Amino acid sequence: MVRFITRRVLVGVATIIAISIIVFGLFFAVPSSPAKVMCGKNCDPASIAAVETRLGLREPIVEQYTGFMKGVFVGRTYAEGTAFEQRCDAPCLGYSFRNNEPVTAILSRTLPVTVSIVAGAAVLWLLIGVSLGMVSALRRGTLFDKVAIGISLTGASMQVFFFGLILLYGTVYATGLLPFPSYTPITENPLKWATGLILPWVTLGFLNSAIYARLSRAQMLETLSEDYVRTARAKGLPLSRVYTKHALRAAITPIVTIAGLDIGASLGGTFITETIFGLRGLGKETVEAVNFLNLPIVVATVLLAAVFIVIANLIVDLLYAVIDPRVRLS
Amino acid sequence: MTAPASAPNSPTTTDKDPYLRVNDLRVQFPTEDGVVKAVDGVSFSVERGKTLGIVGESGSGKSVTSLTIMGLHNTKRARISGEILVGGRNVVGMSEEQTRRLRGRDMAMIFQDPLSALHPYYKVGSQIAEAYKVHHPKASRAESKKRAVDMLGRVGIPQPARRADSYPHEFSGGMRQRAMIAMALVNDPDLLIADEPTTALDVTVQAQILDLLEDLQREFNSAIIMITHDLGVVAQVADEVLVMYGGRAVEFGTVEQVMRRPQHPYTWGLLASVPSLHGDSDADLVPIKGNPPSLINLPTGCAFHPRCRYAGRNGDRSLTEVPELHQVHERGHLVACHLSEADRTKFYAEDIAPSAGVAQ
Repeated sequence: MVRFITRRVLVGVATIIAISIIVFGLFFAVPSSPAKVMCGKNCDPASIAAVETRLGLREPIVEQYTGFMKGVFVGRTYAEGTAFEQRCDAPCLGYSFRNNEPVTAILSRTLPVTVSIVAGAAVLWLLIGVSLGMVSALRRGTLFDKVAIGISLTGASMQVFFFGLILLYGTVYATGLLPFPSYTPITENPLKWATGLILPWVTLGFLNSAIYARLSRAQMLETLSEDYVRTARAKGLPLSRVYTKHALRAAITPIVTIAGLDIGASLGGTFITETIFGLRGLGKETVEAVNFLNLPIVVATVLLAAVFIVIANLIVDLLYAVIDPRVRLS
Repeated sequence: MTAPASAPNSPTTTDKDPYLRVNDLRVQFPTEDGVVKAVDGVSFSVERGKTLGIVGESGSGKSVTSLTIMGLHNTKRARISGEILVGGRNVVGMSEEQTRRLRGRDMAMIFQDPLSALHPYYKVGSQIAEAYKVHHPKASRAESKKRAVDMLGRVGIPQPARRADSYPHEFSGGMRQRAMIAMALVNDPDLLIADEPTTALDVTVQAQILDLLEDLQREFNSAIIMITHDLGVVAQVADEVLVMYGGRAVEFGTVEQVMRRPQHPYTWGLLASVPSLHGDSDADLVPIKGNPPSLINLPTGCAFHPRCRYAGRNGDRSLTEVPELHQVHERGHLVACHLSEADRTKFYAEDIAPSAGVAQ
């Protein structure tokens, strides 16, 4: 088991390093120069060169990369010896001269918003989606099953921007039941945190639970037809025990994988949801940074999203090994 | 050991009465394409300490029969009529809770593929202990575990205490089937149904498993139903044989009667498709031509007539009249065939016996 974990962690670290190299190379290969963008419309070559020096773009790309990686672990100082000198403490993920602040400061502002949205929504979609799917599998063909399938089909075919806007209209503009979504740190006021985020939670949670309900139902139906479920019944176990102990554990395994990847991917940014509800999260920040060619932010957020997926994958692998003893072998 | 959990009141039966008695069992599944008549009027009985072999191709109704006895069919989807008396209690029409209490305690089942029939996520020992604990709620975890280890030892698994903590995938195929048998016998059931227990195993392991079942039967004095398509298995372990075709019984008798003096052309076909070491080694195996019939649209008359080379010898009776089981001159040997006994004896002696396998 220790070897299994060690190997998975090493693979994860290697993946992140590989992604950091690709991302770094990709963004310095873009045709448009960020220095030109920053310098403005009426710009002579001399001032572009000055900006490039300031941003460190004049150095060879390998040195830029090692400088970046060094900054992550020990911090670094930008434009040393010039009037623009900026200290960036570890973990330094870059410095945005456009915003005039370290990227970490921007992330620490936007990441909690996205994490809050995803955490609440994931709880909703896992609880509602999985239990709805399991129950309709056990009651296959009944009215409950048909209604659940109908709702989940509707949910799965809807879009966040459509459903979210309808919710927003119904609960905020038309009736005033809820305040317009806003972000308050949970440490400051948990109640305000929750009421401010309930709309994005419901929007994202409902749409995803539709997909999870269908998935869980299909998985459970497949598991119920397995031979070992028949064996459990042949032993004389009560149906409740057959379902909870023998069928559920096997049916839940693939759902764990998909949930892990979904949550990992969502943490990288839920741009549409954030935009609809006017929340400044990681997704919105990233898209704006791309629009303005604000490279330090783009590099940092893409890397961060990759780290989330790698970590989510790692957790899924470990959970898998806990659930299924056959995985521990390989 | 603690006393078994309370069960439906069992009328005491003497050892001489058959433990299992099936009377005119019919099982039908309504589907969109029509009604599947999986079992159509089958009757048989098995005494304690005896083994009944049920033989037939896939779709002959043999597995459906066994699952029905165990009450494992969804009663909402299957239409079941007739009588299944297990120790005097009729399982047909019994509530799920009542059959559940019989399952695993009074009647147990061994399945074809032990790898898929054991739960991949739980240790072998705890799966067996669970089967014991459900019918002995007062037993402690330690007692159940000990009982599981005992059973693993009795079915011939070396170092049972250590192997009880292994997972099914860490066992070999033969060991898994032994574990399955241990699980089935953990509550000393009076009836054991083995559904093709050796089909998924290596040939070398098959004989070991059959020997084990025979030894355990002597020890536990249980009635066994051995479902198989392998006549070799039947010859080795069965006392009586029921041959099924298209959901009906076509021949019944002692193993001696059915294997040495088979009366039904379908049984002849089964025997002729078994290789023999004693007959002419150059003679080809004779497969039964055609395919098993659809259980939705059974052929009229005798369901076997499209594949029977002797069909039509009695006018059109083969096509119009469903043959009933009737006794041949030998007591206890029943056959459902329109041919006269003289014809059957003649055809068997001329066409079948020279090349048939097992019985020679």
